[in-house]
Amino acid sequence: MLSDLSGWAITAVAVLGVLSVAAGVAVFVVDSMARATFALLASFLAVAGILLALDLVYLAVVTALMMTIEMAIMAVFMIMFMMNPAGLMPMTMVHNAKGSAGTGAGAFVVLVVGIWTIDWPTRDTSRPADSTRQLGEAIMGSHMLVMLVIGVGLFATILAGTVLATARGRYDRFGAGLTAQRPDDPVPGGLPR
Amino acid sequence: MTAEMVLQIVLTVAAGLIGVGLFGALSQQTIVMVMMGLELVLNGVLLAGGAAWYFLAPELPDAQMLVVVALVVMAVEMAMGFAVTVAFYRARQLDMIDMASDLRG
Repeated sequence: MLSDLSGWAITAVAVLGVLSVAAGVAVFVVDSMARATFALLASFLAVAGILLALDLVYLAVVTALMMTIEMAIMAVFMIMFMMNPAGLMPMTMVHNAKGSAGTGAGAFVVLVVGIWTIDWPTRDTSRPADSTRQLGEAIMGSHMLVMLVIGVGLFATILAGTVLATARGRYDRFGAGLTAQRPDDPVPGGLPR
Repeated sequence: MTAEMVLQIVLTVAAGLIGVGLFGALSQQTIVMVMMGLELVLNGVLLAGGAAWYFLAPELPDAQMLVVVALVVMAVEMAMGFAVTVAFYRARQLDMIDMASDLRG
């Protein structure tokens, strides 16, 4: 069966596909951490473009917006935590590069062999008029359990992230039993109990 | 071009992203760069999920849900990864995973 993608869409998918992988490789090649972050963003935006060509408008927009903000935050953390954020002093910070390259290439080869040898089923049903409506109805209907689990997972992430990132909690201030009358703060004058 | 061939090309791109991401996650020493490798792997999953929806089962929303789940996993990975990085740095002044090898499970 011929693809119902237009010639322009197929060209866009091919160009964006090459771009996404090239940007993904660039993440681990460039010296500057800011450049690495924006290379990753370029890879995400290329994938969002492919999703757009595949008629998944909502998911493409969510991917583009979410990843743009995520990479902006990541750039801040990269500059905070990397010892060579600007890449002015070329240095490699890798371990077991050959083994890692072998594992990555091995995974790629296994996947590609599977992709090109599987006899993929042909689609004989019609496409929904609006993919966003289909997703929305699934979220609020047949697949609500998935969204419930996602909600609980995100809430647990908020709690765990706050606990991990908090420098001094109430147990640091009032003792293991929370029995101290006055908080033990490095600088006095903090909020009481 | 047949639909099957376009699907295979898109999935090959996804496999490329997964391979590059795996290499990065395994080879990088900095915690933040390891997270970037994991994000690239998930990027490949996003692409494969979208292609599976369009070419294999557009009448079902399941592949779209898979993409949503992958997006949420990305957000959770970022949030927890940065929280762990901050906690590590605060406790031990370290930013490389080789310095925390005593946490190996």
